[in-house]
Amino acid sequence: MFMKLAYWMYAGPAHIGTLRIASSFKNVHAIMHAPLGDDYFVMKSMLERERDFTPVTASVVDRHVLSRGSQEKVINNITRKDQEEKPDLVVLTPTCTSSILQEDLKNFVDRASLNSVADVMLADVNHYRVNELQAADKTLLQIVKFYLQKFKELNSLNQLKTIKPSVNIIGCVSLGFHNQHDLAELKRLFYDLNIEINLVIPEGIYVEELKRIPQAWFNFVPYKEVGVLTAQYLKDNFDMPFIDIVPIGVIQISNCIKAIQNILVSQDEKVDYTSYIDRQTRFISQSAWFSRSIDCQNLTGKKAVVFGDTTHASAITKILANEMSIKVVWAGTYCLNDAEWFTKEVEDICDQVVISDDHTLIADLIAETEPNAIFGTQMERHIGKRLSIPCGVISSPVHIQNFPLSYKPFLGYEGTNQIADLIYNSFTLGMEDHLLEVFGGHDTAKSLGSTLSTKFSMNWSPEALEELSKIPGFVRNKVKKNTEEFAQNSNVEQITLEIMYLAKESIRA
Amino acid sequence: MTSIKELKQVNNLTFECETGNYHTFCPISCVSWLYQKIEDSFFLVIGTKTCGYFLQNAMGVMIFAEPRYAMAELEEGDISAQLNDYEELRRLCMQIKKDRNPSVIFWIGTCTTEIIKMDLEGIAPKLESELNVPIVVARANGLDYAFTQGEDTVLAALAQRCTQLQFNHHSNDSDSQKSQKPLIIFGSLPNFVNKQLTLELANQGIDVAGWLPSSNYVDLPNICPGDYVVGVNPFLSRTATTLMRRRKAKLIVAPFPIGPDGTRAWIEKICDVFGLKPKGLEEREKNIWSNLKEYTELLKGKSVFFMGDNLLEVSLARFLVNCGMTVYEIGIPYMDKRYQKAELEFLQATCQKNGVMMPKIVEKPDNYNQLDRIQDLKPDLVITGMAHANPLEARGINTKWSVEFTFSPIHGFSNAKDVLELVTRPLRRNSSLPDLNFKV
Repeated sequence: MFMKLAYWMYAGPAHIGTLRIASSFKNVHAIMHAPLGDDYFVMKSMLERERDFTPVTASVVDRHVLSRGSQEKVINNITRKDQEEKPDLVVLTPTCTSSILQEDLKNFVDRASLNSVADVMLADVNHYRVNELQAADKTLLQIVKFYLQKFKELNSLNQLKTIKPSVNIIGCVSLGFHNQHDLAELKRLFYDLNIEINLVIPEGIYVEELKRIPQAWFNFVPYKEVGVLTAQYLKDNFDMPFIDIVPIGVIQISNCIKAIQNILVSQDEKVDYTSYIDRQTRFISQSAWFSRSIDCQNLTGKKAVVFGDTTHASAITKILANEMSIKVVWAGTYCLNDAEWFTKEVEDICDQVVISDDHTLIADLIAETEPNAIFGTQMERHIGKRLSIPCGVISSPVHIQNFPLSYKPFLGYEGTNQIADLIYNSFTLGMEDHLLEVFGGHDTAKSLGSTLSTKFSMNWSPEALEELSKIPGFVRNKVKKNTEEFAQNSNVEQITLEIMYLAKESIRA
Repeated sequence: MTSIKELKQVNNLTFECETGNYHTFCPISCVSWLYQKIEDSFFLVIGTKTCGYFLQNAMGVMIFAEPRYAMAELEEGDISAQLNDYEELRRLCMQIKKDRNPSVIFWIGTCTTEIIKMDLEGIAPKLESELNVPIVVARANGLDYAFTQGEDTVLAALAQRCTQLQFNHHSNDSDSQKSQKPLIIFGSLPNFVNKQLTLELANQGIDVAGWLPSSNYVDLPNICPGDYVVGVNPFLSRTATTLMRRRKAKLIVAPFPIGPDGTRAWIEKICDVFGLKPKGLEEREKNIWSNLKEYTELLKGKSVFFMGDNLLEVSLARFLVNCGMTVYEIGIPYMDKRYQKAELEFLQATCQKNGVMMPKIVEKPDNYNQLDRIQDLKPDLVITGMAHANPLEARGINTKWSVEFTFSPIHGFSNAKDVLELVTRPLRRNSSLPDLNFKV
């Protein structure tokens, strides 16, 4: 461990994971023990275009806190929030700054809970040991455990299973990659399978509802990164079986549904999903047919590389290799903590497995490999741009354009269609690009065109010309025209910098 | 249009201070515009993943353009002092020198380097002589500062690096009608805005001897005792103090050149100090205003609320009052009444002239309380950070995202239009959308 030079990181700091969990629940408020400006998590309202205020505030660590300690500040902030927002739970969230201050936050939490109606808890994550995703996984477990123990003590736990088969979906979290759409698709899948959704945890539920967890027949964890700890805890303590097969791609979905069937059968429910899988695979998902079509045939043996979180990178690798016979030269993940699982999943279907969170290493590898297409995060998309290799974005970290308004799940049968489009479009674009290069561009006849006009009707000073050349191409001509008009109207012979600025000012709004 | 609420008319500005629970950018964000401004620089932010995450997200696409900045990411070993800071920083800076060969490396100290008391100011001179690259240390941390104040800490550090050569910089004997004392302008602006303001002063016969910062580190201005300095931005109080106390320069306290009113007052104040009679400024200001008519018509009689996050608030509020608006509240992270003296007086005079209420200036605002007040006052426009913009819009309140004022050219006569373009955008947008008879 040593100081390292970094420009970009794949997974955010630990407190982001905690905040994502807290803000997924309804009426849970997070208070960060952090300096001014660390509450950047509020971008949630930008990225997810959230209509409500993000329930996160900071108990600001400033110079005074540094010299005297937080003293009553944190406690006051908790009790104040308790009165203002009346949350069910306040999660005190440490940050990198507060973890070096080594204040006794646990003590603050204990004292604050005496005076507040809300439950108060300290997120148990070490900033320097875990990343965003691990912290999210841990915090979810912490909250679930806390409430199940509490309800048990109060004797208010609902232990009776539902009459119809039912499931808890665990790990749908705010700011997750296409999470909202995935969730809708999952609900549809379970509806088709005639399985009731008992709870979706944590997205959109109240902590009070957690008492119904044990009523479900089994738990379902769609993503590898968040939820497995909770599912394992529920298995160990409440004897609830769980499935953590990622339902992305037709083969994986069938495996997943078969696993569900086995669980239900083992609980004496007579179900047979074989014909459902067959029907969906043939008619709802187009991707199985797509694999047989001429389009996909043309992709055979094309080279691709895959990089992302374990869930998406492993699933996309399987689709490329097993469903489209595309050659995956290497597949990689930045989730270092889950390297073993990832390697096991993909080592037989790609030439090389890459485990790294260093984006420069990934960039070098891509340049070396020269694939026909990249499937990765926003970082790989930009690497692809620089190398002129098309890239489909399949995993966080992402930008606002990865929070689409339209329905774009990755999971389930509709997800297979989306992914097939994504893959196919990446490759054809690549081919098209290549053909263009061979034939020398879209239109080889040089256009003596509007934007490149070199005709000057007026005399321009060198400084003014230089300034003009800095104006972006698509407006340059307009500026030039306006300026010359202005100069003519004001009987000026030479266009100087000053005249340019005056011309700009003179244009009415 | 909502009518301006009847509020108690007060004749003086009132100042309040709240809890400091507000959203703003971390001051390390200044590297995003400063590395572009100082073309031969490299910025090294010495902090944790949290700092990196903020920069990565706040800078958006800039990050992919191989910026001349990087994080020196502190790991557990650095925090617990198991590693030698000097050796670690030496290793990184050698690599930067090899890869980028900058003329200067800025070390941006963060909350973490403050808390673990990493002696950046002590290490820098040693490493500087070893590597033979100037290293400038600025503590732009969230413990002490907000957003744009980051630039202030960098420029204050940079002011110490300006040369101090005692010679008459500019006057060639041929055209030295008057031996004007050198004038240095401080504040980072896009190069074309520098040129515009330089030209405005040249029209008054005032020569600008230099800018802090210059577009290259190697061209930093010469600042001698007795030289005049003037700021272009309201958040540069440390830089002003440094120039006065350490460089013995004379500070011209003027309103800031934001809006045609501010630009004129700024130039007039400088002329005044140099004993010159301003030429044609009244006419110039009038012309600009008449070109802004379409915007000011839209703003007249409307009300605005600044939640406060970038310290431009007082100058913008004053400009908007002159556009015919009423300002309910000016939230501001930090208020230096001495450095902003002329601007505050100008604001007061402007309110009196226009016969509108004096705004309340709220230092270290409390966002929660502010949202309460916004709900009561129902202003026509709230200027705010992105944390509140979408939720307020969903509640039927027009918002303008405040960060845009920091990243757009807003200075001088020529760019007044750009400011109003921003301010009126939500109003124009909403009047251009059809009334669909539903609430979003």
